[in-house]
Amino acid sequence: MLSNKRSMLINGNFISGLVLAALGSYIFTQALNWDYMTIEGPGPGFFPYWYGLAMVFLSLLLVASAILEARTSENPKTVNWSEVGRALSAWLLFSLSVFLMKYLGFLIVLSALTWFVIKFMYQQNQKIAITTAVGISVGFYFIFAYALQLNLPVGPLGL
Amino acid sequence: MEILSGLFNGFSIALQPLNLLWCFAGVFLGTVVGIMPGLGPAATIAMLLPLTFGMPPTSGLIMLAGIYYGAKYGGSTTAILLNVPGESASVVTCLDGYQMARNGRAGAALGIAAISSFVAGTVGVLGLMLLAPPLAKIALSFSSPEYFALMILGLAMVVLLAGDSMIKALLAMLFGLWIASMGIDLFTDASRFTFGSAELLDGIDFVVVAIGIFALGEVFANMEMQGGASLLPVPKGMRELLPTMAELKACRFAFFNGSVVGFIIGVLPGAGSTIASFISYGLEKAVSKHPEKFGTGVPEGVAAPEGANNSETGGALVPLLTLGIPGSGTTAILLAAFVLWGLRPGPLMIQDNPELFWGLVASMYVGNVMLLILNLPLIPLFAQILKLREYILYPIIFGISIVGIYTSSSSFFDCWMLSLFGLLGYLMRRLDYPTAPLILGLVLGDSMERALRQSLMMSQGDLSILYHRPIAATLLFISLLLVCLPLFRNFNQWRIRAIEDNG
Repeated sequence: MLSNKRSMLINGNFISGLVLAALGSYIFTQALNWDYMTIEGPGPGFFPYWYGLAMVFLSLLLVASAILEARTSENPKTVNWSEVGRALSAWLLFSLSVFLMKYLGFLIVLSALTWFVIKFMYQQNQKIAITTAVGISVGFYFIFAYALQLNLPVGPLGL
Repeated sequence: MEILSGLFNGFSIALQPLNLLWCFAGVFLGTVVGIMPGLGPAATIAMLLPLTFGMPPTSGLIMLAGIYYGAKYGGSTTAILLNVPGESASVVTCLDGYQMARNGRAGAALGIAAISSFVAGTVGVLGLMLLAPPLAKIALSFSSPEYFALMILGLAMVVLLAGDSMIKALLAMLFGLWIASMGIDLFTDASRFTFGSAELLDGIDFVVVAIGIFALGEVFANMEMQGGASLLPVPKGMRELLPTMAELKACRFAFFNGSVVGFIIGVLPGAGSTIASFISYGLEKAVSKHPEKFGTGVPEGVAAPEGANNSETGGALVPLLTLGIPGSGTTAILLAAFVLWGLRPGPLMIQDNPELFWGLVASMYVGNVMLLILNLPLIPLFAQILKLREYILYPIIFGISIVGIYTSSSSFFDCWMLSLFGLLGYLMRRLDYPTAPLILGLVLGDSMERALRQSLMMSQGDLSILYHRPIAATLLFISLLLVCLPLFRNFNQWRIRAIEDNG
């Protein structure tokens, strides 16, 4: 019973169903604040009202099916958190790069991002990491900034 | 006879050495710039339009048509190789094109995209030449109820894109509808789901969502394991890189389907190539003998949407040239070019400027051939991208995604959104939510809401307007059939099992 409860809790369908039910409720309640019908026809609340309601209904159906699945499943799915951690680290790294791009410029940030991915996430040696990081940035500069004359975010060093 | 003499005249103009050169330059530049994610045909034509200002109108138009074709084809290259849709219509190509690349058939997928573009482009031009005036009149009979029914038909395709769980597919589609409603409501000026952010008043750009979910989501998922995504297999030798006869044979219906669907939808102002590619993909899957293989890398899954995407070009020119109505962003820019040259497209265009009209038609034939000649030899070169180690490839995808988004809007906020949708794409993969229905909802949501509200305004709230008109009723009936398709399949499987059990 305990393993079933645990599997239900970590069951993505259960959690995502709840999150989507909350989102559907939010959409529905927001839609109630806007006109459903105006003299001219349907108002801004008309469409969100219906798809918000549909979202709540379907996500609760998903939650119910997840509970049923967790009760009947003999081999509950387990999550490899270290894999998830690696993917989320990559996402955090990407988000940090987007944040820093405004201050350091695109080319420096892309170099740093490439170096970090190669050196720490794929554990290659320093020579490969630095050469590739510089090579990719130079390539991007020549193709996009120089040849295609596209505006890339520029930092204090003009890069 | 009039058509033949007009076409002959057109070829004599299009095959002039200078016009051939401009056509080649247009196709080449369009392909190169179109490869960039975020820069679709409209942006590419807008960027390169100034190059044509000094030319005679016919030469300028020939070059712009080449750019239009090239940009459309360019968008599919990154979709197949990197799962990065270069433009909105290439999203559907990602579904099977990228899977083909993962199965070592990247070259074949690129070849099928090129051949399909060639076939469909030619069909599109034939349609433009032979059917333009009558089709333009039919397109004008499309009003809001018909558009609403067309959007419903598009949304019904979710049934064919669902994968294992219909509930999850529908939820993903509803999520797409929600994103589509963000921003200012065009009817009332009310701001919806903007969370107080001024940047969200214009809504979220489709390309931001598509690149985030498809490209970044895939990269984050592959980065879960160190060395998890091994090098993609790239066969050696030109022969191995091109599509086999068996693959081409499998695509024969898809070439036809994509060409016809793309052209018909292209004729309808405002429908666009994205819905054309979704519908042709859905149709191909619906009539396929092995629908379960779609999404795993079947050549028909590339041929149908690519064909629709290219054939739409010919279709979109029908209302522009015969009625002077631009049906899309790209044709609106083309209309601007016409006006700059002092020309006025409309019912008298063929009569008043025959050399321009037929020159354009003939140059589209020539452009199609050039696109094929230019791109087939480049396939081995493009396929080499897949030989890169994943730790080199992934930062390149990160960089291309950021450049694509930033250069199309110059907005850091869009880059933030890109990051958020990248996370969403990863979570959707992790939780087995299909991504295509979200894109479908996002693409169709805004147009569907607008068509529905306009229809109900026309009928003063009477819903019967949606099914009393013949075209709308037919489209809604087809949608209903599509939605019932899985039920029929399940019933049939249950019936076969029951017969076998009894036997």
